[in-house]
Amino acid sequence: MNSAVSLTSREEIEVHRFSWPVSIGIPVLAIFLQVFLRVRFLTALDLPLLVTIFFAVARRRPIPGMITGALIGTLQDVWTGHPIGLFGIAKTIVGYLGSSIGVKLDVENPGSRFLMTFAFVLIHRFVYMAISLQLVGGSEAWIWSHTLLSALVNGLAAVVLFAGLDKFKLRN
Amino acid sequence: MENFFTRYKNPLALMAVLFIQVVALATQVKRPEGAKPGSTGSGTRLIRVWTVTAFTPIEKVFVSTGRFFRNGWHDYADLRGARKQNIELHEEVARLQMEQVRLRQDADQARRLQALLDFKEKFITKTVAAQVIATSGTEQSRLITIDKGSKAGIKTDMAVITPDGIVGKVKDVFGSSAQVLLINDHDSGAGVILEHSRLQGIVKGTPLGELQINDIMSDEKVETGEHVITSGGDRIYPKGFSVGTVIAATPDRDNDPFLAIKIKPTADLNRLEEVLVITETSDNSRSASAGPEPMRAADILSQRLPSVPKVDPNAPKTAGGAQTGVPAAKPSPSPATANKPVSPGTEQKTAAASGSAKPPTPATGAPATGTAATNTVANKTGAEAKKSSSGQTQSPTGSAETAAAKPKPTPSATGTATANTVPGKTGAEAKKPSSGQTQSPTGSTETTVAKPKLTPKKAKTPTPATDSSKPDQPSATPAATPATQEKPPR
Repeated sequence: MNSAVSLTSREEIEVHRFSWPVSIGIPVLAIFLQVFLRVRFLTALDLPLLVTIFFAVARRRPIPGMITGALIGTLQDVWTGHPIGLFGIAKTIVGYLGSSIGVKLDVENPGSRFLMTFAFVLIHRFVYMAISLQLVGGSEAWIWSHTLLSALVNGLAAVVLFAGLDKFKLRN
Repeated sequence: MENFFTRYKNPLALMAVLFIQVVALATQVKRPEGAKPGSTGSGTRLIRVWTVTAFTPIEKVFVSTGRFFRNGWHDYADLRGARKQNIELHEEVARLQMEQVRLRQDADQARRLQALLDFKEKFITKTVAAQVIATSGTEQSRLITIDKGSKAGIKTDMAVITPDGIVGKVKDVFGSSAQVLLINDHDSGAGVILEHSRLQGIVKGTPLGELQINDIMSDEKVETGEHVITSGGDRIYPKGFSVGTVIAATPDRDNDPFLAIKIKPTADLNRLEEVLVITETSDNSRSASAGPEPMRAADILSQRLPSVPKVDPNAPKTAGGAQTGVPAAKPSPSPATANKPVSPGTEQKTAAASGSAKPPTPATGAPATGTAATNTVANKTGAEAKKSSSGQTQSPTGSAETAAAKPKPTPSATGTATANTVPGKTGAEAKKPSSGQTQSPTGSTETTVAKPKLTPKKAKTPTPATDSSKPDQPSATPAATPATQEKPPR
């Protein structure tokens, strides 16, 4: 595979675009499924976060990436009992970092996608915890086993999901 | 300067977006003034209202469609064996109807006792059934969304339950949906009682979604498997609803003198489909009883007996210190009257009076328990009477429960009838029970022994009809001082 040879090949730094229905529909669908599916083990899966990472990495532009993250996170906040903005801020940062990393690293490789998502889940969780504890006065608890399991599940899911979402990319 | 903005455009944009979000977050941390408990969510953020309102119809369609297909299949599958099941159900209905009669009697009795105790318990008078259409979708928040909102009369802080146990409380209300904070969310809490040990505490959610009680001292004994029910103290969940069972009780390392009691919720909070929102409760226990109040045979009989007019409670007392010729405060042996809290000494004297078959007078303040015991004992042998009175003596505080547990409603005016038929015997026998009083720590024995001789005369006068029309009401007569009771009317 080309991407394994060079980390900055033309293919890797290509900026992908998406149609408007996909740009709006996929995040909304992710949030909908997240709140609609009431299966216990799926709560470890964060579909809105995965979609945020995917769009940020694919677009490779920090500002659209973080705006996407902010919107998705804010919509996700609506369904929680917490003040609106906790997920919004966390996903804004993830969107920004994702689009920044997308320019510099190979993000098409399944292995790198897994590791990238794994790391972003941890960052997302850390930012969420920090805001909750420091700004909102929440009583969150960092549980390593839970967090690592969630990162693992999301990393594996990202490999499958991103491969499916690649089909929506518009190539020039 | 222009070069600076161009160069750091992305980080600056990030900081700007984050700044806006932090400011927006800060405005929400303080609870808005409008969002008081009981409001219809006027303090809810607009974005929350809009989003939930937009999503709710879609979710309702999905839920109802899925339910339609699922129910269709189940309906077909359930038809097999329906005949056999129908026969079984008929038998079950017959059995339950018989059981219902018994339970209704118990419930009526319990209500009478509660009324006498001035027991304020909230009864559920109205609920709204709702379907769960969404969850928070994260582990950081345990919240569900139901398909009923302010249009169905739902308000914030209303309790949400299932037949298995409590679920949570309404947090935000929208037009046609509402968000319910589950009891296992770490922001949740409820007042609970351990059913057997009667220890009270507050159950809270943990970050892992478990239920835990942290405010019970470690020297208390809490056994695994003990049932936990709501205490009603939080004024959200009505008393007596199942919360869960104790699965572990270990010393709390973070909170040293206390126990960390883990509770397994009885309601399956991860698989909620239908819930009930308690939209209306009533403090009046009487309202919970349907239909006319059942009367006991003793009450009916007492009403038919000739009665004397009511005596003014302010009437002067006799030289004996107790009012004579006053109708019995409670001729009907309402055991519930015993619930009136009385000092141990008072209760013992009451029991002693019962041993003497002396009709209790309101002025003496003999609680109705005593009256009940009196009437009952008067018909029994001395040994039996002794048992009754001594039983009350030994557990003064629990005497009400004793009487309530075994209400032996002998026919009305039992004391009167007994006194008329076997006056001498009554007096003789009554000494035995009073001798049982000697064990009482209050030492009111000497006066009570002398009572029986006088009972026949006194027993004729009172008629039970006076108060029998209100068997459920607490005794109107205040508890008399022991000195008043000890003096037998001579």
